Amino acid sequence: MKFSQEQIHRYSRQMILPGFGGKAQRKIIEAKVFIMGAGGLGSPAALYLAAAGVGTIGLADFDRVELHNLQRQILHRTPDVGLLKVLSGKKTLEFLNPDVNVQTYADRITAANIREIIKGYDFVLDGSDNFPTRFLVNDACYLEKKTLISGAILRFDGQLSSFKPHAGGPCYRCLFPEPPPPGLVPSCQEAGILGAVAGIIGTLQANEALKEILGIGKSMAGRFLLFNALSLSFQEIMIQRNPQCPLCGENPTIRELIDYPLQPCQAGTI
Amino acid sequence: MKGAVESVRIDKELNLKGKICPYTFIESMLTLEEMEAGQVLRVIVDYPPAVCDVPRSLKNEGYEILKTSPINETDWAILVKNKEME
Repeated sequence: MKFSQEQIHRYSRQMILPGFGGKAQRKIIEAKVFIMGAGGLGSPAALYLAAAGVGTIGLADFDRVELHNLQRQILHRTPDVGLLKVLSGKKTLEFLNPDVNVQTYADRITAANIREIIKGYDFVLDGSDNFPTRFLVNDACYLEKKTLISGAILRFDGQLSSFKPHAGGPCYRCLFPEPPPPGLVPSCQEAGILGAVAGIIGTLQANEALKEILGIGKSMAGRFLLFNALSLSFQEIMIQRNPQCPLCGENPTIRELIDYPLQPCQAGTI
Repeated sequence: MKGAVESVRIDKELNLKGKICPYTFIESMLTLEEMEAGQVLRVIVDYPPAVCDVPRSLKNEGYEILKTSPINETDWAILVKNKEME
């Protein structure tokens, strides 16, 4: 593949990074990243990945844009209120970089369709805000051997990790074997979220996705990052594979995907 | 050693007259990436900062600079040898 003059100009500031050049840019252009949720985390992640030239971006979200989303979901604009988030997001990403092929999934992602969808992608980025989806995405990524770049936010706090049990690291269930009981964990609608926190964690997810695409730097697999905006602190803890993990452990009890019931209070997308 | 450089075989020439940094460096690197291992590229530049910057940046990326010399009052030639197989 030959680069056009426009591509050379567009990507010049990353192509001159040490060790990048055309080879790295070509890897980025050939990469396919699936983003679960076009909300608070998915927005900055998708924007940075599209800007960097990721060739195919899958956007999944069944929600429509609402006014209260705009405080943090920077893929969407005021005139987009009422539009499907995936269509609003696709429009924004294509304005930013017409080279990017944006695939949209406006149907609810369930146990019945997720494996078939993520099969076509190299990496999965989870920007969902509810536990049923979070566990579904983790389990599907494990079964399809896809690297999962996971982010989560609540109030002033954020979390980040990458899960690639197919390469030896732990999966999400190694840390959290089962979803918490409904009602124990407040949803974002109950708890509130500072928009910039979503920006920070979503941007870190894009950063990790680019590192995984290029195979550079130190992966977040086996590491779990905790962020607090008020103290402006990052804390890193090491995480290991759990031999008792119900999914990737020695005696797995989960062999197929589970659609946990979605609680009404968790139904929103970040 | 200088004599050896004079007789080096040039496999490809890239005319970057009118181009400025960092595009001079990027286009040199893209051309080298498509060339065979160990081949020699002759890059022509007329943007004064590129005369220093392109050889330095290519060297940082692991390419061997054989020679940088003026051709006339405005143009410079940079002879660069492609990396051996990685």
